[in-house]
Amino acid sequence: MNYSQFFAMLPEITLLAVFVTIFIFDLLATGRYRRIFHTLTILLMTAQIAICLKEVSTEQTLFGGMYYSNSMIAFMKSMLTFGALLVVLQAHRWLSTSHSYYKQGEFYVLLLSTLVGMYFMISARHFLLLFLGMELASLPLACLVAFDKYRHNSAEAGIKYILTSMFSSAIMLYGISFLYGTAGTLYFDDMATYITGSPMQTLAMVMFFAGLGFKISLVPFHLWTADSYQGAPTIVTAYLSVISKGAAVFTLFIILTKVFAPMTDEWQTMLYIVTVASITIANLFAIKQKNLKRFMAFSSISQAGYIMLAVISGTAQGMSAMVFYVMVYIVANLAIFGIIEALEKHYDNVELEHSHLNALYRSNPRLAFLMTLALFSLAGIPPFAGFFSKFFVFMSAFDAGFWVLVFIALINTVISLYYYLLIVKAMYITPNETPIPHIKCDSFTRISLGFCLMGIILLGICSFVYINIDRMAF
Amino acid sequence: MIVPAEFYLILATILFFIGVFGFFTRRNLISLLVSTELMLNAVDINFAVFNAYSHPEQLEGFFFTMFGIGIAAAETAVAIAIIINVFRNVKSIHIKNLRNLKH
Repeated sequence: MNYSQFFAMLPEITLLAVFVTIFIFDLLATGRYRRIFHTLTILLMTAQIAICLKEVSTEQTLFGGMYYSNSMIAFMKSMLTFGALLVVLQAHRWLSTSHSYYKQGEFYVLLLSTLVGMYFMISARHFLLLFLGMELASLPLACLVAFDKYRHNSAEAGIKYILTSMFSSAIMLYGISFLYGTAGTLYFDDMATYITGSPMQTLAMVMFFAGLGFKISLVPFHLWTADSYQGAPTIVTAYLSVISKGAAVFTLFIILTKVFAPMTDEWQTMLYIVTVASITIANLFAIKQKNLKRFMAFSSISQAGYIMLAVISGTAQGMSAMVFYVMVYIVANLAIFGIIEALEKHYDNVELEHSHLNALYRSNPRLAFLMTLALFSLAGIPPFAGFFSKFFVFMSAFDAGFWVLVFIALINTVISLYYYLLIVKAMYITPNETPIPHIKCDSFTRISLGFCLMGIILLGICSFVYINIDRMAF
Repeated sequence: MIVPAEFYLILATILFFIGVFGFFTRRNLISLLVSTELMLNAVDINFAVFNAYSHPEQLEGFFFTMFGIGIAAAETAVAIAIIINVFRNVKSIHIKNLRNLKH
């Protein structure tokens, strides 16, 4: 038998090698070797990013069309790995605490296995591979959400996540089974020729969309989001909110444009309603949240709605706008979660609320400044990357003819500015005699926050980033 | 005599919606898990039937069924582990005790 095809999918193989290395290291290493564990993981993941970036120049189809990789997909993989690396960098303090230091290896292994799942998800050109990738990405995530074994909220969030995840993947599979019944194949390319837009296929598409909509947490399928985000450990929330969402959005885009291309009118109508609902409802709910992580959950639902503006266009321009948006979203959101994680150092088992941030700038001027930049970027204020990403997303939807949708999204940007500025106001204006004492971040967190800061400032100004992404689209 | 495909599809649909109904009405975590298992099993029946009746020349549907059963087992294992963890923390697996996370 010829195994050369396995070695052709280099990023997956090397990531599996990293996974196995860390797993064995966790089993065997003792004493002083464990102290380099975190550094070792970071180095291996950096090497993994380099390998993914090397793959950008190749385009290949393997296993009779089940697996496909081109420059855009390889770039997306390296971006997801980079996001995961930022998360791991921020995790150092949390992993050194007394109740999780002995689970350090498990955290890396679970995180990397979700990453393998996401790789397969975005490379899949066959529904079976897509399904396996999705489950590989979501099952270990449930374990990560319930990672703090002795905390009630973590267990509660974990069970809510796994049950809703099973429910939605069952609905998605039911949809795929109807697609299979009508087309007789599970390959994306072959299936596209059998899609005619019959009622059964429309039903199948809606059910399939429900499964992915759950992972992206769009509005009718968002009810798990706030609870799981609040209960999960902050590091896991950060991972859940950007990386797993980014992979799911990319997959959705590929399937809508490849498989359901003949039904463009149907899914555009569907996405239209879902987009308006997610942006508006999430904004209204975010305004009244007091808990910071819950607030970020609703903010992420509304950001997912903005990403849908790029998906709805279904063009190459939409794809580059989407990838750019996800990239900017990764750095901005991880900056905020990194700061929340750093602040939680002083509040063991207390969930941070807006009022905890009062007058933060007096004791922690740098953290407050970075948080402000990240919030401005999420809201889309001009000099920062978030403005440009929102601009490209609006452009792509506008060029596809969705003027009203863009208008609604623009109004919602103003609403979102209000609740993002509430935090800035708490940090700079609200008087407080006893702000959080000065916090000294560990060096890993500093590196990660430094990357985020660079991303927020530079990604928008350096136009070659977007131009290069645009060149790779489709 | 051959049983028509519709019979199987109706069976799968009924099974699927019993699962959906159970998921929304039951108040015990184990029952919720059983309900989602019913839904996944309905999907497996669907795949097998479509393969056997509509596209018998290839085996893709049966393969999907086998992987589906495997994944469902993995999901159940993880869910049971988390349910045990919930029980250790809360001393109950009734949904009414899982109300910490809401505002």
